[in-house]
This record gives sequence, C-alpha cells and structure tokens, in this order.
Amino acid sequence: MRVVLAEDLFLLRDGLVRLLEAHDFEIAAAVESGPELAAALAELEPDVAVVDVRLPPTHTDEGLQCALDARRKRPGLPVLVLSQHVEQLYARELLADGSGGVGYLLKDRVFDAEQFVDAVRRVAAGGTAMDPQVIQQLLARQSSDDGPLARLTPREREVLELMAQGRTNAAIAGRLVVTERAIAKHTANIFAKLGLEVSDDDNRRVLAVLAYLDHGR
Amino acid sequence: MTIDTKSGYRAAKGRGGALAALRGLGVALVSLPGAVLCFTLSLVSMALIPIGIGIVTTPYVLKGVRGFANWRRVLAAEWGGVRIPPAYRPLPKDANPWAATFGMLRDPATWRDLMWLPVDMTAGFLTALLPAALWLYPLEGFALGAGLWRVFPDGYWYGFVKVTGQVSALGAALLGLVVLFFAHFLTPRLLDVHFRLTQAVLGSGQGELAERVRVLTETRRDAVDTSAAELRRIERDLHDGAQARLVAVGMDLGTIEALLDKDPARAKELIAQARTSSVEALAELRELVRGIHPPVLAERGLGDAVRALALRLPVPTEVSVDLPGRAEAPVESAAYFAVSEVLTNAVKHSGADRIWADLHHADGMLRVSVTDNGKGGAVIGTGSGLSGVERRLGTFDGVLAVSSPAGGPTMVTMEIPCALS
Repeated sequence: MRVVLAEDLFLLRDGLVRLLEAHDFEIAAAVESGPELAAALAELEPDVAVVDVRLPPTHTDEGLQCALDARRKRPGLPVLVLSQHVEQLYARELLADGSGGVGYLLKDRVFDAEQFVDAVRRVAAGGTAMDPQVIQQLLARQSSDDGPLARLTPREREVLELMAQGRTNAAIAGRLVVTERAIAKHTANIFAKLGLEVSDDDNRRVLAVLAYLDHGR
Repeated sequence: MTIDTKSGYRAAKGRGGALAALRGLGVALVSLPGAVLCFTLSLVSMALIPIGIGIVTTPYVLKGVRGFANWRRVLAAEWGGVRIPPAYRPLPKDANPWAATFGMLRDPATWRDLMWLPVDMTAGFLTALLPAALWLYPLEGFALGAGLWRVFPDGYWYGFVKVTGQVSALGAALLGLVVLFFAHFLTPRLLDVHFRLTQAVLGSGQGELAERVRVLTETRRDAVDTSAAELRRIERDLHDGAQARLVAVGMDLGTIEALLDKDPARAKELIAQARTSSVEALAELRELVRGIHPPVLAERGLGDAVRALALRLPVPTEVSVDLPGRAEAPVESAAYFAVSEVLTNAVKHSGADRIWADLHHADGMLRVSVTDNGKGGAVIGTGSGLSGVERRLGTFDGVLAVSSPAGGPTMVTMEIPCALS
C-alpha cells in the first residue's frame, strides 16, 4: 500500500516512516511542506495520505487545506489527518463531503502502533477513523440534556463511541471482549433508540451517527 | 400638524431660555457664597501651615475646593455641554497629612482651582446672574406699565425711558417686551459664556491628555500584572505537570533497562505505564497551549476560533462572523479570551438554553456581542469575571457593556478599536 506522508518535524517524520515501513506500507513520498504535499498527492496518486494539520510555509492549517483540496480534486482520496490537538471544527470539515475515507487523530495515537496502523488501513479502505476525543466531546454535550442519548445503557454508549470512531462490529467485539452477535444486537438497539436506519456500510454508519450527534445542536 | 410642531418648538425654546435663566440664578446664588467660603478657608488654612494647624486642615479644605470645582464641572457638562476634565494628580490612599498637604500644594491643578475661585465670585457670578436679570428686568417694565409708575411722582428711569405718566409707562412696558424678546434668545448663550469662562480658568488644556496618561498608566499596570501572573501559572503548571511526568517516564525507562533481562513481565508492565505517563504529559501540554494561545486561533483566526469554542460548549451556540481579515495577534488573542470568558459565564450562571455570538468589524472597531436567553442579572463588579474581561480589553482601549435586566436576556457587547489586515 503506497503512502504519502507530510510532517514538518524531522524526528516525527522519520519515526512515522519507520513505523509504517515496519508494517509493510510503501512510503511513496515523505514531505515537509504544503506545496510539496500538494505536488506529491497530484503526481503519485497514493492509496492513502497521512498529513499533519500544521505545515510550512504558513505554519497554520496548510496540511488540512491541502488534504481537503486534494479530496475535492479526487473525491474519496483516503486522508488521515494527524494533529497536536483535535477540534470538532476540523473533524466536521473532513466529514462534510460525506464520501468516507477520512481520519482525524491526535498525534499521541501513534504511540499505540497497532491501533494507529489499524486506523491507517481503515481509512485506506474507505472507512473512517475519528479520534476518541472528538467523539467524547460530541457525546458529552449530547448527554447533558435529556435527548435520546440519555436512553442508552452504559454498554450501548461504549459501543456507540467505538462505532463513531469508525470501527466495525468485529473490531468492537474484540475491544469489548464479547461476541460479534452481541455487538450486532447492541447496534440494532442503538439505531432504534436514535431513530437511525440500519446500514451495512461501515462508512455510512459512522456518518449517520455523526450526523445524528450533530443534529442535536 | 406642521403648526403644532412649530409652536411646540417655540415653547421648547422659550422654556430653554427661561430654564437657562433659572439655572443661571441658581448657579449665581450658590457659587458666590461657595467661592468666597472656599477661597477664604483656603487662604486661612494655608496661612496656618507654618504653625502646624494648616498641615492638618489643608487637605480637607482643598478636597472641599475640589468637590466644589467638580460640581461645577458636572454642571458645565450637563447644562452647557462644556467638558472640563479634571487633572488632579492622584494621592496615595494612606498619605499622612504632611504628604497630603504638600502633595496637593505641588499639584498645578490645585493652584488653578485657587485662581478660579476669585474669578468665579466676580465675573463668574455676573455671567451667571445676567441671564436671570434679563428675565426679571422686563417684569419691572410691565409693572410700571400696569400702574406702578404712580408710586414715583418725580418720574422714574426705566432703561432710557423716563416714566412720568401712563403713556411713558406703557413705553417702559414696551421696552420690557423688547428686552424680553432678546432675553428669550440670549440667555442660553449667556449661560454658555459663564461655562466657557469656567472652562478657560479651570481647564488645564492638558486635562484630556492627563486623563489619557492616567488611563494608560492604569491599563499598563493591569497588563503587566496579568501577564506576570500568567507566566507564574504557566511555570507552575509545567513544573507540577508535564515536567514531573516526563521525569517519571525517564525513571521508568531506567528501571525497565535494568529489569529487561531479570523480569521481562514486570518490564512490560512498566513500559505500559511509561506510555500512559507520556500520553498524559502530552494532554497536559495541550491544555496549557490552549490556555496560552489556542491552536485554532493561531491557525484560522478569531472567527473560526470562536466557532470551535462554541462547538465545545454544552449549550447550543450560534456564531455569526463577518470579519474581512485578521486583526493583530495581541488584539485577536485578547478578543478571543474575552469572548471565551463571557461564554463560560453565560453557560455557568445564566441558565440559558441558547447563546448567540456575533462578531463583526465596522468603522475601525471590532464588535463582539454575546447574547443569551437566560435569567439575566449579570453585573460588572468586583470579583465577577466580567471585570477581568474589562481589564483585558482596557489594554487595547476596548470597552465592555453589559445589558442584563433581571429576568433576562443578557447581552454583553465588546468593542476594540483595531484595523484588519
């Protein structure tokens, strides 16, 4: 799987290259600035791009803008955005086109190599990988009033959190150490309580959950 | 309709003339004894300084003089629209009588007050009395015309008319009417002359400049205090938080190195612990950075930073932004933290279930208003977060206005003069 990587800090870029190569990814390019990233995404047509939000020359949200731009030119181009901080504002911008294949994670998540690589694979396959922090913020504000979320059991909330991060039923079952059948039952209950249509498409599923959470505002 | 308006306008103007006369009379009657008393007391008090009594009395007397002068400043502003900003030097609150006396005597504003007193009791008194006299004099003319002339068998001079009989008495009444006609227009202007005279003697010409310097000194002190406190907080947070956690990680790694061969299971446990510590250190650093300079503010500017802030609030918040550019970084930062404080206040205390934030830039002013549908009753006072916001904005000549009647809604408006680029 061919990856384009954009990160301006040498140490982190070097570490990411080694980490991804150790997990059998092919690094098509590892760049350190916005214009280089834009050029690499246009020429190399990678399977997935791993991009830092803040890049030179502006040191603002150059990386995010490049990624959004590339996805406008090539819809569905899988992009995993890494950041020192996660903001719902950016998460929403990434999810806005509704075509999946996006991820938005804290840089700290790299510490758990397995989970990080799993997230890259999920995004490359067209799924989503939203940082637990984004999901928790969404859930926190929702549970403060007596909306439908208040009717979920604690277990169902756990499942919803993992689902909104973009995990499949099998992955959720693995995390919570239960059978996949049990998770399927939980998800059906959640969808019923939230009034969402049941869908087999993992990506649609996450977008539906996020759209619901968004709607509550 | 038109006629109504016209007559109404005339009546208002007539009242204006009469009112000015009445005010002039009031000012004249109070200012003459007031000025004489203030002046005498000041002279006596200062004369007594060499024998010590004056040291004690002078501060009180001079404060009284200042009070009298300030009352006239207020009148000048309210009745004449003439602004005379005071320019007294501030005295330390706990100054002893000696320091207070000589501190006040060294202040040029004190000497301006003392010079103004004799002017006020002479020229000031006359200019204040004249409007009243112009209204009273015609009354005498009317009284003569009505028959009062009979009391003066040898004739009576009313203005330039010698009253000897009914005909000349009517002439006097006519003259009174003419005087009344002019008084009607002149009295407001005469009173204005009085206030201008007060301004000329009492105003320093540098009053506004001195006031500006005072405000700047105050806001600079606030800014320095705040930033020093902020630095102390950051240092403490780093020292107790991230720094301590990284030390722990280092120690864990040392132990792991030693355990690696002896007890691999324990080493693995410690590795997990070290990783948790490093994640927590990062989380703390993130919070710290957000407190110093929020990342979205750095990356996107004020509008999106407030939007991102609103997304994290537990109360649904609508944000509308109309900013064609970005303000200077310090202004942006001050505005952001001010909005953040106001929003937090609204969430914590108002009981609102909806908040609106509006940001726009017009006429060289950044205007931010935050409105909630809560229970109201917010005030700018000691200990309230809003006075902190006011101080923060003060550094940039910004102002804060709060409208919060009991029962709500609350609207907090902030204005900062700045240019966008």
